[in-house]
Amino acid sequence: MTWVNAVVQGLLLGGVYALYACGLSLVFGVLRIVNLAHGDLTVLAAFLALVVGQALGVHPLLTLLVVVPALAAAGYALQHAVLFPALRGGELAPLLVTFGLSVVLQNLLLEAFSADTRSLPAGTLGTAGLALTDLLSVGWLAVLTLGVAVAVLVGLQLLISRTAIGRAMRATSDDPETAQLMGLDDRKVYAVATAIAFATIAVAGVFSGMRGTFTPTLGPQLLIFAFEAVIIGGLGSLWGTLVGGLVLGVAQTVGAQIQPSYGVLAGHLVFLAVLAARPGGILRRAERR
Amino acid sequence: MTDAHIVRHTRTSRVATGVVVPLVVVLAALPYYAPGSVTRLLVDLFALVVLASMWNLLAGYGGMISVGQQGFLGIGAYTVLVADLVGLDPFLAVPIAALVAGLVALPTSFLVFRLYGGYFAIGTWVVAEVFRLLTVEVGAVGGGSGASVTGLSAYAPALRGAVIYWCALAALVAAVGGVFLLMRSRLGLALTAIRDEPTAADSLGVEVRSAKRIVFVLAAAGCGVAGAIIVLDSLRVQPDSVYGVQWSAFMIFMVVIGGLGTIEGPVIGAIVFFALQQLLSPFGSWYLVVLGAVAVLAALFARRGLFGLLTRGGDVRLFPTGYRVRAPTEAST
Repeated sequence: MTWVNAVVQGLLLGGVYALYACGLSLVFGVLRIVNLAHGDLTVLAAFLALVVGQALGVHPLLTLLVVVPALAAAGYALQHAVLFPALRGGELAPLLVTFGLSVVLQNLLLEAFSADTRSLPAGTLGTAGLALTDLLSVGWLAVLTLGVAVAVLVGLQLLISRTAIGRAMRATSDDPETAQLMGLDDRKVYAVATAIAFATIAVAGVFSGMRGTFTPTLGPQLLIFAFEAVIIGGLGSLWGTLVGGLVLGVAQTVGAQIQPSYGVLAGHLVFLAVLAARPGGILRRAERR
Repeated sequence: MTDAHIVRHTRTSRVATGVVVPLVVVLAALPYYAPGSVTRLLVDLFALVVLASMWNLLAGYGGMISVGQQGFLGIGAYTVLVADLVGLDPFLAVPIAALVAGLVALPTSFLVFRLYGGYFAIGTWVVAEVFRLLTVEVGAVGGGSGASVTGLSAYAPALRGAVIYWCALAALVAAVGGVFLLMRSRLGLALTAIRDEPTAADSLGVEVRSAKRIVFVLAAAGCGVAGAIIVLDSLRVQPDSVYGVQWSAFMIFMVVIGGLGTIEGPVIGAIVFFALQQLLSPFGSWYLVVLGAVAVLAALFARRGLFGLLTRGGDVRLFPTGYRVRAPTEAST
């Protein structure tokens, strides 16, 4: 039963990882850059929710009304002012710029909030659970997080495949120059894509902040988990990102069941095994191009 | 008169050679007349220069941005500890550290080379994390809290300091000189072609993958040596410190600030970084904020780094790796 429990908890944990990963996946899919500050931005969102929640005295879920627009605006501005010029500088510049941003963010957060471990007070939502059997129960918050992850991924998928801005993003991603000839402003398309990605980062930050704890230096860890979810599932596929997140979550909880210190390691090893055996991700065969 | 001809050296580079060789001799003799505190500081600096040169070899010449070189640094560090535990002379462990790190890098390259660009960067990082997590599981090397290197107590402190310093200097000369010679070789030419246009290089018969693999292994070996020296200097190995991602941050800053893709840039970057570290370390994490911001600005506005600014974008090379054409000159009458 403990093993069944480990798998169930792993699937729920995977929801958080899928949520981390969708912003990374979207930015890579549209802009073709990997945002190395992704994890630190997630932590920033969690701290923002903490500050807003304390200032207004509201539940962390309500802070989403502030944190999501704030992060989206930050993404739009960052893309316009920093990332777009960096894109012009070849392949290396965006990586160097986002890595520099990551270091700046992490240390600013350290200065502002110290290295203390925090968490967002979820109240009864965080403690209430549903007992499936005598030995197996799931937390409502964990279920809600997984549901939100699926909703965000479905929303992104619909946005990209069905709407005008989604079409513009796909076109710009495939061939920015031709897209520009067709009258698309690539700078604006990129900025909108980054804003949407940052909005998902905000959601991820708030939910992971409620589910667990965070510190200013947690960002790199989150980036690695998000990245592993993306690669395990397969680049460029949002469904793959969901599956990748779930696989990573299960690998970690099952590993931790064997021995607590093996959790993260087991996730890394599954990632490396996927990389060795199926570099295109585990969903690749289903949707071969 | 002379015909049009091709040269490698310029007047600047001859002067540079004339300065560098005596400088190395002076540095080599330093333990005889400088206090131990000076040579200890220089050991830190030399290790940073080695790291910066290796990262530049990877990114500036090999086109591979790695955020996982601390994995090889850690392996080098732990090689010293293991050598010490089995009774080998810790100094002997420095070349062994290079070998071990290189040997580990070879199979690693087959995994991480499946990833490109930013995903390669994070992939190397995951590998470094795996090395760290595996290391802390081994109780014999101290697990999560690390261990001390005790074999060096056989040496008198002054002699120990001097030998560590010479090791660091030798590593520096090998790293900078090695990159210089490598870039003048056939492999260097291949790397330049790959950096400029990988597809075209491939179609002209350049073995893109194996060239990159050689660079990856060499850079890992260099980082292993740096790790060994850092441990010999501090006499203590701690997994969170030697496998820390901050080493990658330092390497990136040094190379980006100094000038990516030049031999001189990483050296300048390491000196600047070292000076900033000494000056700003009392300000805690603010100094990392400043360094991060400077690196962002450098990556955006000064792509050739300080070396590019110093030479005003001109084609000045203290260590020439390319060829230049000299126009024919009329003999004076």
